[in-house]
Amino acid sequence: MTPLAQLLPGQSGKVVSLNPERVVDQRLMALGLLPGMVVTVVRRAPLGDPVEFAFNGAEICLRQSEAADIWVDVAADCPIPRPPKP
Amino acid sequence: MSAAPLPRIAVVGNPNTGKSTLFNALTGLRQRVGNYPGVTVARKSGTCDLGGGRLVELIDLPGLYSLAAVSPDERVVIDVLLGRIPGEAPPDLVLVVCDATNLLRNCFLAAQIAELGLPAVLAVNQADVARERGIEIDIPLLAGRLGTAVALVSAWKGEGIADVRRTLLRGLDQRPVLRRSEWPEAIAAALAEVAAAARDATGRDIPPALAQRFLFDSAPTLAESAGWAAPAREPALRAARDRVRRAGLNPPAAEPLIHYARLRRDLEGVVRGTGRESRSAAVDRILLHRVLGPVCFAVFMLGLFWSVFALAKGPMEWILAGVDGLKALAAPSLEGMPMAQSLVTDGILGGVGAFLVFLPQIAFLFLLVGLLEDSGYMARAAFIMDRLFGWCGLNGKSFVPLLSGFACAIPGILSTRTIEDPKARLATAFAVPFMSCSARFPVYALMCAAFIGPQHGALWESVAMVGMHLVGLLFAVPIAFILTRVVLRVRPAPFVLELPRYQLPKVKDVLWRVWQSVWEFIQKAGTIIFALTIVVWALSYFPRDEALAERARAVAVAKGADPAAADAAAAAAQVENSWMGRMGKSIQPVFDPAGFDWKLTVGVLASFPAREVIVSTLGITYALGEETGADSESLYAAMREARWTEGPRAGTAIFTLPTVLALMVFFALCSQCGSTIVTLARETGGWKWAGISFATMTTLAWLAAVAVYQVGTALMS
Repeated sequence: MTPLAQLLPGQSGKVVSLNPERVVDQRLMALGLLPGMVVTVVRRAPLGDPVEFAFNGAEICLRQSEAADIWVDVAADCPIPRPPKP
Repeated sequence: MSAAPLPRIAVVGNPNTGKSTLFNALTGLRQRVGNYPGVTVARKSGTCDLGGGRLVELIDLPGLYSLAAVSPDERVVIDVLLGRIPGEAPPDLVLVVCDATNLLRNCFLAAQIAELGLPAVLAVNQADVARERGIEIDIPLLAGRLGTAVALVSAWKGEGIADVRRTLLRGLDQRPVLRRSEWPEAIAAALAEVAAAARDATGRDIPPALAQRFLFDSAPTLAESAGWAAPAREPALRAARDRVRRAGLNPPAAEPLIHYARLRRDLEGVVRGTGRESRSAAVDRILLHRVLGPVCFAVFMLGLFWSVFALAKGPMEWILAGVDGLKALAAPSLEGMPMAQSLVTDGILGGVGAFLVFLPQIAFLFLLVGLLEDSGYMARAAFIMDRLFGWCGLNGKSFVPLLSGFACAIPGILSTRTIEDPKARLATAFAVPFMSCSARFPVYALMCAAFIGPQHGALWESVAMVGMHLVGLLFAVPIAFILTRVVLRVRPAPFVLELPRYQLPKVKDVLWRVWQSVWEFIQKAGTIIFALTIVVWALSYFPRDEALAERARAVAVAKGADPAAADAAAAAAQVENSWMGRMGKSIQPVFDPAGFDWKLTVGVLASFPAREVIVSTLGITYALGEETGADSESLYAAMREARWTEGPRAGTAIFTLPTVLALMVFFALCSQCGSTIVTLARETGGWKWAGISFATMTTLAWLAAVAVYQVGTALMS
């Protein structure tokens, strides 16, 4: 499992878990980001944050801090993301 | 007249579904804009003829993704639907507008609406875009699965509007209720518990849809607005949620899981074709590119700003010329009645002119920002800028209001409505008046042209100009930081930003919005500004002392002044003797540490309703009569020659470099605009924040002016 915020642009992952207690995660679940849904990182903003994601037929931008508690399984044909910078 | 009220239909849908375009297509120009009581959410409604003279009232509700309310806009939607707005019954019918290119996600809101038990019909909009992308929707099958009437429509192209009317008629006649999702036993029991506990605590019946919000949402926004206080609420909700957990379900996740599972089954076979990649993705590869993106952004914003000034320049000159023309017309007919003449030309026409002259800028800003908004670019702008603003508690959507503020604070404050997060919205509205609006420009121009240019050269003149435009920004950002981190105890809304599909904006819709905003501004702010201007006029006109004026004229004539200069001397004597002049003299000690004499103090006081008044006031107090502008050589000369007449500085020049800089800094920061105060009060739901803004800006302006003068004088001596 990998935190969604660590995926590189172009990578996709299948959602494993969210933190349903967080308001932002509740909003994302309403938008269809539920366990099993495939989510793709489209790009990062020019200054590095926020990040644009594609899922459930829409492009949604989130700050990395807001995507912090979403865990995904990276699709098998994608390279393993780099470990987070120290 | 007509006794029976019209049937009321609420229009709801996700943002970017073309809901407002459909609303405009159905109602035409028969619209009313107001506000919901207690919140700053616009209430838009209009009448629509469904055919055969059957009139209904349509209510355009703010776009939202889920009934789980976080922002004030979202709370209004559920309050309207549940009939919890004072004086408003629940609507007779709900029209759920869905985007044909993303039906599954749009139907989530429809599934929540179903739980309300209200009659509802669907309009599947943007049929043209879906067709273009190869998406087919089986409308009869969808209608059967959801249990209601469904219309396929393209509001942008105007196709299928008649079908929507027929669907609304069927909805009113047959009152179909959307099929509800099936809740597991544990959730049904927990909901009953919550409803009973909330009813006992609040003494009001709790509809099932509201009980769901209490149980599922971790933010207690709706429970609090229903009057269910934490001490009674928390144990009841904990018990109900534990019951759900014991059944192996997570309360906040259960609702989307259950609705989406059911919707996937419902939509099976309804939507055919997966849809080709949209052209938006290709455009975004350039407009959101790491390097090209910010470059395009800067070009667009500079272009926007330049266009506003270029387009507004002509109309502003026409308005000024028109007001001058009216003054010239009115003045001769009031000859012999000096008070009426002064009231009409200086008070009424001057006040109206000062108010109207910025309308072109306001209108063009609304127009261009509205076009960019409807094209889908503004969401991208927020995406690019979010990082720069996020750290101080604002967000990417704060950029456009702040930029607008450099032309005029009014459209800037009004455009904070697009910011969902109430905290960031308030902080942005608070920061906008600090931006150096175009009404400050004449003061900078006067000071630079009269003093800095001649004494220090064109380079320093432009440095001062640019510097003055940055002073406000320098103060606004830390203030936003303090406001959002320390002062405001508002629950922040998550920054979840959808990038909508690019589309050609519908110019008619945008123009209609511009007109509504401008007209609202004229009605609401106009009266107050007008009254303020009359008050300031009266303060500087009364009391009259003709003997004093004659003595001043005689002294001037004895010194060899020509008749015009003698008249000016008489007018200056009258101002000095007026209430405003007396106030200026008695308040001058407050501004003395900033190096302002009583004449400058009068100028500062007189410009509280509208700051650009300073130039003409200085023209009067420095004895030049009334016809002075920022480019008047005679005013420059009179100001350069002005000397302190008493005190330790007697005989030395009033306008030293520190005084000039202090005056400019004061005007850069001070809250001297009646329209801004009124707009701020209206947009923040009361006079509290307008008052705080006025006090903060005026205090900061004074402190900064004193600091500049004192430090400057110390450095120069």
